Amino acid sequence: MGSREKILQAIKQNKPAAVPLPQVPSFSRMTDDPLNTFVETLTSIGGHVVVNDFSQLKNFLVQQKKDGLQVINGVEELADYNIFAYKTYKAIDLESVDTVVIKGKIAVAENGSIWVTDSSISNRVLPFICERLIIVIDEANIVATMHEAYEKIKIDEEGYGVFIAGPSKTADIEQSLVIGAHGPLSLQVYIV
Amino acid sequence: MNRVVEHSEEAAAFLKDEKRAAWHDETLWFVRAKRDKAAHKVADWEELRETASQIKDHTLSNLDEYLIQFEKKAKENGIIVHWASDGNEHNQIVYDILTKNNVKHVVKSKSMLTEECQLNHFLHYKGMAVVDTDLGEYIVQLRHEQPSHIVLPAIHLKKEDVSKTFHEHLHTEKDNIDPTYLTRAARKVLREKFITADAAITGVNFAIAETGGFVICTNEGNADLGAHANKIHIACMGIEKIIPKAEHLGVFLRLLARSATGQPITTYSSHFHRPKEGQQMHIVLVDNGRTRQLGREEFRNSLKCIRCAACFNTCPVYRRSGGHSYHNSVAGPIGAILAPNLDMKANADLPFASTLCGSCTNVCPVKINIHEQLWSWRQILMKEGYGGFAKKSAMKTMAAVLSNSGLYRLSGKMGRRFMGWFPALINNKLNPWSKQRDMPAPPKQSFNEWYKNNRKNG
Repeated sequence: MGSREKILQAIKQNKPAAVPLPQVPSFSRMTDDPLNTFVETLTSIGGHVVVNDFSQLKNFLVQQKKDGLQVINGVEELADYNIFAYKTYKAIDLESVDTVVIKGKIAVAENGSIWVTDSSISNRVLPFICERLIIVIDEANIVATMHEAYEKIKIDEEGYGVFIAGPSKTADIEQSLVIGAHGPLSLQVYIV
Repeated sequence: MNRVVEHSEEAAAFLKDEKRAAWHDETLWFVRAKRDKAAHKVADWEELRETASQIKDHTLSNLDEYLIQFEKKAKENGIIVHWASDGNEHNQIVYDILTKNNVKHVVKSKSMLTEECQLNHFLHYKGMAVVDTDLGEYIVQLRHEQPSHIVLPAIHLKKEDVSKTFHEHLHTEKDNIDPTYLTRAARKVLREKFITADAAITGVNFAIAETGGFVICTNEGNADLGAHANKIHIACMGIEKIIPKAEHLGVFLRLLARSATGQPITTYSSHFHRPKEGQQMHIVLVDNGRTRQLGREEFRNSLKCIRCAACFNTCPVYRRSGGHSYHNSVAGPIGAILAPNLDMKANADLPFASTLCGSCTNVCPVKINIHEQLWSWRQILMKEGYGGFAKKSAMKTMAAVLSNSGLYRLSGKMGRRFMGWFPALINNKLNPWSKQRDMPAPPKQSFNEWYKNNRKNG
């Protein structure tokens, strides 16, 4: 008998009598103002949020390029929409990327996270290997809780999806919070 | 004695550095307080815990079916599924995948399962270089130590220790203890490892039966960097990590980070369903004693654990003895009920490393009755003869005293007088209880005596 059969057999023998699957109750939304709660929460975990000011983002990207920094852009409404050119790039060739701009699909007020997937990031390593990550979201796509988020998304629709909540961080050295661990050093979110 | 060094002895060694031990105690209590703050912010916290607990109960009662469903879906998704009965088989499976693909360098993100199976040792022995990429795990790996906490692997260390280790291995400035400076130094070295490795190994936080995918939670982004930068991704999971549906992730992700560190969610909650183009994605489903634990009615609940470590942070014994004293990959109260299932003899001391105060049970996000299981293990271990002579004789005395009311009253009276006359005989080095504490002054009378007198007077 192979291990698969051995394990399944042992489970069958040892598992308790059937326990019913509970309905997930409809939990409190915890906020009447998802936009403000989202901004507050994301700010508290190290994100930088700008509401309704796309020109600020445009100016920022112009300056980045002037400074000779590599920008990869996945937002059609902005200049130099080039993210799909990098689809098959290896991590080693993306090491010097400074800024990546992508679109977020759903934002969650209770924890400041944003759902992004394969189709908006083009290359899975991009949101992690860049120094600065910028996510643009539509105000209409902010939901209150994770329950609402999972009602809206189908997790296996694409091969990969991730909730991103703030810049990468660690507190592994004596519990001192350091923003910027292995992933991006900063996260800016533009709500339009 | 069953082991060369028991928990109590390791704890005594840990407590010798009083300042450090006090820091450890306070820091973990601070994390516990952050957990409370985050939990209290969620209106339906208790209902959320209850739902999570019931989902896990249900899943365990139908685990075989969910594993079959998961396997079928995962295969459809293009993921290669492996099954391992024990740690050795798990290690061999991983090794075979690596050698078949000519892998020399592996980056690994945090996985308590691979610690449990001692995968690093195994691969190292076979001549393969494995780099742990979680910062805390990287630090302990450089020091040839084990993680002392499942969420905060290097919590037993101070900045000065990390500075010294990094100076030695990464040539950082001597005595520079700035955490940002040290983190950036590791970032630089590890980024190089991510992009030059041949394969990535990760753990799994949740695997979803209905969709055949899995979720990994990190703050540092190391699991994603490894998995996305490499052609081979091997995810290793215990079979109890299965949950039935995608909607259940809403329940568990709301509980996990809040219980662990007080964050509303980890920075990254990554959902893997299909490999990227040209990539191999493997998942190894591991039993290693879990089906045995499933059959132990009293301990089956321990398989509901989502590895948040809230029970560590709140435990008065863990906080004052440190993770290494548990000599098991998972320390703390939950580790103390998992470990005897893996090796009853070697871990017989662990269920005794508790005051049974029940704080662990109170904070557990999936409502595992941890302190009751600790008590149950004690009963079994004593019966099986693994209790150890000291505990046995002490328990025997206590059992005799507590079961005879006449003897109980007499011994109490004698004890109170005796302590009043000769306090040094109680607060001495031969009495293990007084090692870290002094006995309070004994009361003049017992409650029983007090009640009788006051009833007469009243």
